[in-house]
Amino acid sequence: MDALTQALVDILRPLGITEPVLQFMLVNAILGISIYLTLYTGMFSLANAGFMAIGAYAGVAATQFLGMPLWLGLIIGMAVAGIISLPIGLPVLRLKDIYLAIATIGFGEVVIILLLNFDEIISSIATALQGERVRIRLLEGARGIKGIPKSTETWMLFAFLALLMFLLWRLHKSRLGRAMAAIREDERAAANMGINVVYVKNVVFVMSAVVAASAGVFSAHLTRIISPGAYGFDKAVDILSFAVLGGTSTWVGPIVGGLVMGALPEVLRFLNDLRGVFIGLILLGVILFLPGGLINPAGVRLLLRRARRALRRRADAAERSSHAAP
Amino acid sequence: MDSFLQQVVNAVSLGAIYSLFALGYALVFSILGVLNLAHSAVFMTGAFVGLLLVDKLHQPLWIAAPLAMIAAGFVSILLEFVAFRPLRQRGAARMSQLISSIGAALLIVNLAQLAFKPLWGGTEAYFPQGLVPDQPIVIEALSLRIVPIRMIILVIALALVIALQYLVMRTRIGQQMRAVAFNQRTAALLGINVGRVYVLTFFLAGLLGGAAGLLYGLVFLNVTPFIGDDVALVGLTAIVLGGLGSINGALVGGFLVAAIQTFSIAIGGSNYKNAVVFGLLFVLLLARPQGLFGQSESTRA
Repeated sequence: MDALTQALVDILRPLGITEPVLQFMLVNAILGISIYLTLYTGMFSLANAGFMAIGAYAGVAATQFLGMPLWLGLIIGMAVAGIISLPIGLPVLRLKDIYLAIATIGFGEVVIILLLNFDEIISSIATALQGERVRIRLLEGARGIKGIPKSTETWMLFAFLALLMFLLWRLHKSRLGRAMAAIREDERAAANMGINVVYVKNVVFVMSAVVAASAGVFSAHLTRIISPGAYGFDKAVDILSFAVLGGTSTWVGPIVGGLVMGALPEVLRFLNDLRGVFIGLILLGVILFLPGGLINPAGVRLLLRRARRALRRRADAAERSSHAAP
Repeated sequence: MDSFLQQVVNAVSLGAIYSLFALGYALVFSILGVLNLAHSAVFMTGAFVGLLLVDKLHQPLWIAAPLAMIAAGFVSILLEFVAFRPLRQRGAARMSQLISSIGAALLIVNLAQLAFKPLWGGTEAYFPQGLVPDQPIVIEALSLRIVPIRMIILVIALALVIALQYLVMRTRIGQQMRAVAFNQRTAALLGINVGRVYVLTFFLAGLLGGAAGLLYGLVFLNVTPFIGDDVALVGLTAIVLGGLGSINGALVGGFLVAAIQTFSIAIGGSNYKNAVVFGLLFVLLLARPQGLFGQSESTRA
C-alpha cells in the first residue's frame, strides 16, 4: 500500500502536489460525497461543516482523551454525528430549498457556538451538581485542541474513499437510490408512487452527516489541531463549491470537484493569497457558464448533439449552394 | 449590570441598523423571490467606501455618507447583472441563484481584503476619533448613558425607512414594484419594464445596506472586510422572524433580534448572544416558517 501511494505521489510531484496536499484532496473528496448525497435527493442542506466538526471533536475525544486507536475514533465520530443528525433531520427536513438552507446554516452556527463554550457549559453543570466551583478544560474553546497524533495515513484515505465509492455505486442501483432520485425530481409524485419521503430524506441526511463526520475525524488526525472556527460558514461554502464545481449529476462529480479544489491552490501557487477570490469565482463562474459542473455526461451529450447538428446543417447548406451554383 | 432602561436604549439603536440591513434582504426577496446572500458584502461596501472617503480622501462625513450609499447601491446593481439576471433568464433553479450570490459575496469580501492591506496595512481600520459625537451623555437621574451618535443613527435609520415606505406605497414606481412582486408576467403584460424594476430594487436594497454598513462602522468605529459576517445571519434571522419578503416584518424583525441579543448578553454573557438568535431562527423556521406576521408561501405577494 505504502509503495503504491509513494508511486502516486512521485507522479504528482511535478504538479506541486506533495503527500500532505494529496491527503487534503482525499478528505475533500469524502466531503464532496457527503454533500452529494443530500443534493442528489434534492435537499439543499449546508449542515455538512457542522457534522464535520462534531465528527472531528468526537473522534479526537476518543483518541486523545480515551487513548483509543484511530479506527475506533472514526467509528465513534461517525456514530455521534449520526445520532445527533437524527433529531436534527426529523424536524428540519420538512423545510424546503431556501428555508432548509437557512435552517442548516443556523444549525452550523449553533454547533460552533456550543463547541466554543463547551468547557464553560460543562463546568457550570459540574459546579451545580457538586455544590463547589469546578473548572473543566476539555475542548479549550477558541484555542482548540492541540497535539493530536498524526495517525491518518494516505492509504487509509484511499481505502475509505474506495469503500464509499463502492457503496455509492451500489446505492444507485438500489431501491433507496432510485427513491432519492425520484424525490429530487418531484417530491409529490414520489410520495404518490408509494415512496416514504420522510424516511428516505432522513436516511440520506444521516448518511451525509456520517460521511462528513468521517472526513472530520480523518482531517483532525492530519492537521493535528482542531478549533471550532475552522468549521464555520466558510467551510460549508467550501464543501458546497466541491459539488458545484464537479456537478451533481453523477457521484463522480463532487469527488472530482473536491480533488480539484484541494489541488488547485497548490498547483497554482500564486493563488495562495487569492484563495477566497478564487472560490468565489469558481462558484459564480461555474453556475453561470457551466451549470452542470465539470463532470456532466448529459451536458456533454447535449453539446455533442448540438455540434453534430450544426456540422450537418453546414454540410447541407454547402451541398445546397453547390447544387444551386450551376 | 446596566439598568433595564439602558438595555432598551442600546437595543433600539442596534435594532435600527439591523432593520435597515434586513430591509435590503426583504426588498429583494419580496420582488424577486430569491435570497441575496451577497447583501452582507454590500453592507461591507458601504462601510468600506465611507472609511476610504473619510480616512484617505479627507472628505467630510456629509459628503462621504451619500457617496458610500450610492457606491453600495451600484455594487448591488452589479450583483443583479452578474449573479442573478443571467440565471433568471436561463430559468435556473432558485438554489443556483443562492449559490451564485454566495460566490459573489466571497469575491467582493476577498477583493476588499486585498484592498485593505495596501491601504491600511492589515485587515482592520478605524474611523478617526471625534469624527462623530461618541462621548456618552450621562443622565444621572435615570442612570442612563446615551451616546449621541447612536441616537443620530436611530433618527437617520428611521428617516430612511419612512422614505422607503413612502416610495413603495405612495409613488408610481413603488406601485410598479408591487405589481412585479405580485406577478412578474402580468406586470410585464401591463407594460411595466420589469428589468428596470429589478435594477431599481437592487439599487434601493444597496442604498439601505450600504447605509447600514456605514452606520455600523460609525457606531463601533472600526471596519474590517468581514463586518458583513456580523450581520449576515442576524439579518437572515430578522427577515425570517418577520416573514421572508415582508418589508414591515423585516423592520420589526431587526428590532426584535437586537433586543434578543442585547438581553441575552445582559443575562448570559456575550458568548451566547448568537446562540440564542440562531436557536430562535431554528425553532421559528420549524414552527412558523412564514414568520411571525407573514403569509404562507403560496399567497406571498
